Amino acid sequence: MDFALLRDAFWGLTFDGLALGAIYALISLGYTLVYGVLRLINFAHSEVFMIGTFGALVAASGIMGVKVEDDPRTGGSMILTLVVCLIAAMLASAFTAVAVEFVAYRRLRKRGATKLATLISAIGVSISLVEFFRIITHSLPREFPRIMEKSFLFHFAGADIRNDKVIVIVAAGLMMVALDQFISKSRLGKGIRAVSMDENTATLMGVNINRVITVTFFAGGLMAGAAAFFYILTYENTSFKVGFFLGISAFTAAVLGGIGNLRGALFGGFVLGLMETYTSAVFGTAWKAVISFIILVLVLLIKPTGLFGESITQARV
Amino acid sequence: MSKVTFNLRDKGAQFWDKSPRWRRVLLSVIFIAICYALPFLNNPILNTPGSDFQSVLFYPVGMYVMMAIGLNIVVGKSGLLDLGYVAFFAIGAYTMAVLGTKTSLNFWEILPIGVGLAMLSGVLLGTPTLRLRGDYLAIVTMGFGEIVRIVAVNTSAIGGSRGIAGIPTPPPAFKAKFTILDPKPYYWLLLTFTLLIIWMVRRLAARRPGRAWDAIRQDDDVAQLMGINTRRSKVWAFVLGAAVAGVGGVIYASQILSIVPDQFNLNVSILILACVVFGGIGNLWGVIVGAVILAFTPERIRFLSQPRILVFGMALVIMMNLRPDGMLPKKKREHLEADWDHVEESGEGEIK
Repeated sequence: MDFALLRDAFWGLTFDGLALGAIYALISLGYTLVYGVLRLINFAHSEVFMIGTFGALVAASGIMGVKVEDDPRTGGSMILTLVVCLIAAMLASAFTAVAVEFVAYRRLRKRGATKLATLISAIGVSISLVEFFRIITHSLPREFPRIMEKSFLFHFAGADIRNDKVIVIVAAGLMMVALDQFISKSRLGKGIRAVSMDENTATLMGVNINRVITVTFFAGGLMAGAAAFFYILTYENTSFKVGFFLGISAFTAAVLGGIGNLRGALFGGFVLGLMETYTSAVFGTAWKAVISFIILVLVLLIKPTGLFGESITQARV
Repeated sequence: MSKVTFNLRDKGAQFWDKSPRWRRVLLSVIFIAICYALPFLNNPILNTPGSDFQSVLFYPVGMYVMMAIGLNIVVGKSGLLDLGYVAFFAIGAYTMAVLGTKTSLNFWEILPIGVGLAMLSGVLLGTPTLRLRGDYLAIVTMGFGEIVRIVAVNTSAIGGSRGIAGIPTPPPAFKAKFTILDPKPYYWLLLTFTLLIIWMVRRLAARRPGRAWDAIRQDDDVAQLMGINTRRSKVWAFVLGAAVAGVGGVIYASQILSIVPDQFNLNVSILILACVVFGGIGNLWGVIVGAVILAFTPERIRFLSQPRILVFGMALVIMMNLRPDGMLPKKKREHLEADWDHVEESGEGEIK
């Protein structure tokens, strides 16, 4: 146990934790949106994220022609590359999410299948996607080229604040605000809330339920894709199994905040990111998953529906 | 296809119900004899090119059948979604490995200890967490499964990430010698325990505990109102499931000779859950058929080498789309009431 490290590097750790938490929060939004509408855990969501990282990779090397050994880009070229990669990752994830819904969920939903049957179907899709990427990448991790020079922007209370992490936190914040506005203001967002409140009544009121579900998966996929881009920008590599651990953590974050609750998922993501960073400083990285889970269990035992209750509709209006 | 299988299940049940006692005994004896004779069977359809058929019968097929029966008590009978089932398997296996290498106890003495420890961990996990509903229980159990694995990786006293090697084989029993080269005795051992477990589960299911689980699965609140101690029934279901996995773990460790923590990852839990749902959740024979198919298929198509897990995943999706209730589902009447998601009646079937 190393409390001295936690004390000395507290602000740096806090900052890293927030950057990690932003990624968790973006992924957990996808879990929570789908749960809100379908009352199902989307087990293939971690693969939606994984495909986003490959989307960014393909965009960087294929469209923008950046190579791993290249020098980082500067100025307009850098911004263009970043934006193209971000959009590619988001679209790759979003279309994957919609396809997952189509393949794994739609038919089962129409037949009124049990929750578990749908769960296994989603697990099947997840296994297939992981295996497909394992085969085409020959089980090897892939390196992401360094697009932007990573430098320390400024010092704060003894901590060096790195520019890419600032971008991650700020951009993730903007995405979340956009999603929040979309869910609370737009027509389709109202549809999502109506369906998560009461599916039958929403249908009676003329909500096209299939479209709402497609939009839900699409929106969740966009967020996961953004998370994928921020992940690959920070860690600069990906592999076919990258979704697994991030997926578990993000799902934990969603449950921590109260699954089905958007702002809860955000909060859960940041809390989990901070907790994992602090605890790995104190106990070593090997134990961080254990400690996160113990905290999750304690929270659930005290408040069995997560920190913020569990409805998309409750959090707003 | 679906009609044929439905009839098969109902016809089978009817035939069994109407059969006189001598015919039931005769059929059971024949069935058990075939199971025991399976290692000597060698035909081109059931064969497994690329891996030894007799080893495949022990692991994965026999092991998955046993674990799926155990998990079916938890998920199928009492409707508690457990995604960390592998933890109990790991506890059984590690008990065998640690006690087998560090003490002079033999397999038969370690077996009850391993089962006991698995059950104890079932109580420890179940008592606080079983008041959570569906999805929350799922993640807490999943977390438990990962915690057990991570603790094993990080504890150097039990080998850390290198695991434990040199686990002793069981002493000879009934003239059968347990050696590394011959998987047949292990298969027979596993089969014997599996048959005992099937017998136990069938007895329990027909009696008070089984009916209590049925009631809890269908409606927790009503079950409580009817005077069932739901908390205790749930913990019992959990503990019995854990015991089965513990037996499996001890036998597995004694055959495999060395274990590493990464053998006990989340994928094992998910695969066993897939066996249960694939075969027909809650129906014992369905679960067994599901486990046999899901364990055997990847070995049967091993000649595909690279894409075999991909094919497996796609088969899972196609199968669930075609038959969402599994191969041999529970009887329809029962199933309609048994939607374990008792949050709300969604009525999704009507919306087009």
